[in-house]
Amino acid sequence: MKPARPLLFLACSLPLAWLAARAFGLAGHGLGANPISELIHQLGLWGLRLLLVTLCVTPLTVTLRKPKLLQFRRMLGLFSFTYLALHFLTWLVLDQSLRPAAILADIVKRPYITVGFAALLMLLPLAVTSTQRWMRRLGRRWHRLHQLIYPAAILGCVHFWWQVKADWREPLVYAVALAGLLAWRWRRAAMRRPVPVRIAQSEV
Amino acid sequence: MRKHPTSEPLPSEITPRQHYVNRREIIAGLAGVGLALTAPAALAGARLTYRKNARYSTNEAANSQEDITTYNNYYEFGTGKADPAERAGQFKPAPWSVTIGGEAEVTGTFTLEDILKPHALEERIYRLRCVEAWSMVIPWVGFPLGDLIRRCKPTSRAKYVAFKTVYRPAEMPGQRFAVLDWPYVEGLRMDEAMHPLTILAVGLYGEVLPNQNGAPLRLVVPWKYGFKGIKSIVEIRFTERMPPTTWNLSAPGEYGFYANVNPQVDHPRWSQAEERRIGGSLFTPKQPTRMFNGYANEVASLYAGLDLRKNY
Repeated sequence: MKPARPLLFLACSLPLAWLAARAFGLAGHGLGANPISELIHQLGLWGLRLLLVTLCVTPLTVTLRKPKLLQFRRMLGLFSFTYLALHFLTWLVLDQSLRPAAILADIVKRPYITVGFAALLMLLPLAVTSTQRWMRRLGRRWHRLHQLIYPAAILGCVHFWWQVKADWREPLVYAVALAGLLAWRWRRAAMRRPVPVRIAQSEV
Repeated sequence: MRKHPTSEPLPSEITPRQHYVNRREIIAGLAGVGLALTAPAALAGARLTYRKNARYSTNEAANSQEDITTYNNYYEFGTGKADPAERAGQFKPAPWSVTIGGEAEVTGTFTLEDILKPHALEERIYRLRCVEAWSMVIPWVGFPLGDLIRRCKPTSRAKYVAFKTVYRPAEMPGQRFAVLDWPYVEGLRMDEAMHPLTILAVGLYGEVLPNQNGAPLRLVVPWKYGFKGIKSIVEIRFTERMPPTTWNLSAPGEYGFYANVNPQVDHPRWSQAEERRIGGSLFTPKQPTRMFNGYANEVASLYAGLDLRKNY
């Protein structure tokens, strides 16, 4: 398992490296006719993909009975946050040219931007408290806090869906994947609910 | 024959329909290859003969041919911007015919060559503003739609012009899934259709229109959002009532019949106040969108008294 973490780091960095190469026009590749839009779109897409991959870790750990997999969850989550933060910053700096009035108006008036922004705000404390120190310090509250990933992922899918003009097939794929991951957790939580005392006693 | 000494009659006015339809089948059967070579649409990229129309052209720098032919919204070939350029290769824009019908004296099915013959082609460098808030400057080659309409002699009942795109799912992979209600339909009010800025384009950058840009015949209405510019037209119909339009049917709250470029009326989901001009660098700021895409002097009078907030 030793080289697994550096390998995962490399794999998660590849889309970013590829986007950077395209942005600098390396090897004859560019970002196309609308480079800012392409950059924002790709960063958001990879952020959402990695968010869903992060949510796959717990189900895989449980079903495959491989607790070691859990060590990858933090790196995946942090990579997802990195892509989404870059997605936001690209919009802020390159698309909106850092004009506060235009930015505020869009965040308040455009529902898809509002939900995307809200999702990023939810992920921010998760990224900050991802260290061992914060885990120890927060104890049981850490788990409760990190459940924010669920509404953030839902809002992320909504954010994607609301931008599409007519072809909802691609956002549907992400929404169905997320629904599956949430359904697995809901079923598990339902099964692990404590058995009512009355029945338990009668069985003794 | 009707007495219109100044306008050239359509071939269909001289020859009875069953004769020319019949004749056409024979010719097509005998000399398909030769016919295809003379048809302008058969040669994608072939040079066209045209004059430049400076009066109706902007002096803004035109976008590169590469940008114009690789960044397209043409959902019949897929919903990605690169899809049309990648997937339009199977489309056959020749031979081509257009059916003219409805409230007009001259109706019938005409070959593209018959439609084009009486018109001198001209180049018009127009701004194009997409409803998605990006824009380009495009050197179209075409002719005024109004000239064709006059030849069709619409009756007094003709208040609108309806257009239809070809339906060929075998050649247009995007039509195999109902992203929109195929075939694509569009429409204009008669005065909009007759306006000298409204053209039917057959070329781009002096060459025959590439498939991904709407070959062989497309509409260009520069003061309206790009989706009004219906592509690969097979039917033009004069109607008394406002015809249905595809994007309006798909999302009536977001896309109206008029679809005039208007920085003051936002799309429900995004702002229309600014646009991203294609061709800039990563650090080029957006530019303000102009009323009627900068053609207000020419067209604002068409909409006097019309509430543009309600009639978006």
